[in-house]
Formats: sequence, structure tokens, C-alpha cells
Amino acid sequence: MKTKINVNGTMKIFEVKPDDYLLDTLKNSGYVSVRRGCDTTSCGVCTVLLDGDPIASCSYLSCRADGHNVTTVEGIPEEAALIADFFGYEGADQCGYCNPSMALTLYAMKRELKNPSDDEIRTYLVGNLCRCSGYVAQHRAIRAYLEVE
Amino acid sequence: MKIDSYLKAESIEEAYKVLKENNDAAIIAGGAWLKLMPKTIGIAVDLKDLGLNEITETDNEIILGCMATLRQVEKYKPLQEQYDGIVSKSASSIMGVTVRNIATIGGTISGKYGFSDMIPVLMAVDAELNFYKRGRVKLSEFMEEKGFAEDILTHVYIKKAKSRGWFETMKNTAIDFPILNSAITKSPEGYRIVIGSRPYKAVNAIKSMEFINDCKAPGADEIAQAADIAIDEIKFGKNQRGSEEYRKELCRTFVKRGLTAVIS
Repeated sequence: MKTKINVNGTMKIFEVKPDDYLLDTLKNSGYVSVRRGCDTTSCGVCTVLLDGDPIASCSYLSCRADGHNVTTVEGIPEEAALIADFFGYEGADQCGYCNPSMALTLYAMKRELKNPSDDEIRTYLVGNLCRCSGYVAQHRAIRAYLEVE
Repeated sequence: MKIDSYLKAESIEEAYKVLKENNDAAIIAGGAWLKLMPKTIGIAVDLKDLGLNEITETDNEIILGCMATLRQVEKYKPLQEQYDGIVSKSASSIMGVTVRNIATIGGTISGKYGFSDMIPVLMAVDAELNFYKRGRVKLSEFMEEKGFAEDILTHVYIKKAKSRGWFETMKNTAIDFPILNSAITKSPEGYRIVIGSRPYKAVNAIKSMEFINDCKAPGADEIAQAADIAIDEIKFGKNQRGSEEYRKELCRTFVKRGLTAVIS
């Protein structure tokens, strides 16, 4: 079935099966920043934005995205670079596998929450796991990123 | 899980007709847990474009459309003002925002999932459901029925009330399913005590509720007695997250804490 999805500002037509998930549709179409982790909604590395909201693309049927806007980290290059700078400065980077999903979730959080507390930041990021860096350095980087106007 | 075909319903009537005429058709709600289902769905019926994702309110009720996401429920301000905000609190305790932006309130309820954090709270606030053909029914009644609805859940109704509420969920990690959860409320109609994730589906602790409702001014002794009654009347089980014994002790603590909180 043909599914029209606006990906990063460009309207694309995908040929999908009813049980294809957005993660696979995007990956198979060259959006390599969208990554597979647990594949069962737990780890968050497959995060993309659907109409601006972060979702687990591993558990969202592609056909349901018909007519909607999807953003991958390729769609927010300047913001992603900024976040990467803060992560690098604070030593919050190791393997980098979770970085695209982290960047998208932070981008969404910055638009959704005004002056979030430390607890609100942690709660918002509960579903985005990082298996190597720990979260303290990340938290410092996130705090710095949120202060940028 | 395999899906043979997908239908974006243009009306509830169309969705209902497809369900009735095809044994292998299913409403997919948010689809967050579809992957974990072992069965094949012949026709996946999607209600996403029927305006059922709205949350509205009247003078007396808050009305959740079945396709409202858990994130919408969590963020809806008027809900945060009811029952000490336990409906919002329970929604916010479910995995991360990336899941809560997908999972819907209708899917959570229709599945009667034992691991649900939402169902105990909605039972404790005495929520009612509206099914397309059946009409309104109390959630507690729906949960007691065997099997699943052969109808379409369209809305969830929460009565506005100046009432107290308490909710707790015990998990090994924030993104895991609960080992046990509990919601306790005190309203003009009395106390409600609901225990979920036993790991079976949520139930009212009926005898415990009757006992505490009969106490004129319950104190620590009565609260402890109510907790004992709850443990005796409710069936617990074991799974990879916890033993039956552990769940019983959690239940005792939850009932004590919850009652103490809503009485204070």
C-alpha cells in the first residue's frame, strides 16, 4: 500500500505492507540515523518525531503515519550539531548509538517544557536509554543545551 | 505478529461492521503492544481519524476519547486537579514519552492488561466507559466480565469530585511492567481500594473496602486490619518480576500507605 509521509520537510511516497513499522520503512529508505535497539518500545533508540512528538518508531505502523510529518535527526541538523557540542564538551559521548534519539527527544522536550526541573528532565528521558556513558554528564550537557535561546 | 490488511475507518459504524463481519479483524488502538501479540490480524482497523483523540469536559465529567494518548491524559490539566492527580500520575509512570505518545487510553482498557497502571486508577475513580452499541458501563463491571468487548470503546468518563486519591506502582526499573500497583480513593461515596498487576488484572478489594467504609474514624489499627483483609481476599500469583509472597507484602504496605494518605 502507498503511504505518503512528509519526512524532514519532503513529501515521500513509501510502498509499505500493513505490518511494516516506521523504523524499518525509514531505515530501508536511507534514514540510517533511525536505529534499532530493543525493538519492543523499551530503549528509545528508534525515536523519531511524529508531528513534533517523540515516538518509538519500532512500534508505530508505517501506514498510520500516512499524511503526517516525521522528523529524523537529519531533519534538525543545526540543533543536532549544537546538542552534539554540549555532549562532547561534557564528555557525555561514548559509542554514540543513542545520540540521534537523544537529540530528537531533547529537541522535543525543549519545545514542550518551559524551564524544566532536573526531575522533569529525567522523567522526560526515562524512555531513552544510554548503555555506556551514564547519565550525569549527559544531564549537565542537557542543562547547558536548554539554556541556549 | 502479522497483519494482512489495514483499514483506516471513516466512521465508527464502518469499524463496527468490519469487526462484526470478520472474526480476524481487530481495533489496533495505538498499536504500542501489537508486536507482542502472537496472533495474526486479518484486518487492522484504525480509529485514528474519527476525532476520538480529544479530551473534553463538562461541568460534572472529564471525557477521554478512546484514541487519546497516555501522554495527552498525563498532560490534561483538569485531570491533575481531580483525586490528587492520580490519573495523570499513573499515566506518567508508564515507560517513556516515546511510548506514551503512541499508547492510547482505549487500547489500555480494552486489553484488560494485568500490567496496566491506568486501569487500577480508573477503577478507583469509578470511571465509566461508553461502548458504541452497549452504551455506558462502569469500568469495574467491565473488568469483572470474562473475555474482551465485542464492541468499540469510544469514551471514558471520569466524574469530577472533591476527593482524595493515592496511587503507587512498584517496578524493577522505570521502563518495566509493574510488580504490583494500587490506587486508593476517598470520595463522598466512600473508600475504594484497587489492586493491580497481581500479576492478573486489577480488582477491587471489596471486603477491605466494606470494612474501612464501616469504620467511623479509621486509625492505624483499622488501616492495618483493612490491609490484612485485602491480602486474604485477593488472589496473587508469581511471574519473573516477583513471587506471590512478595506481592502480598507489597499489597499490605500499599493499602496501609494509601489509606493513611487519603484519610489524612
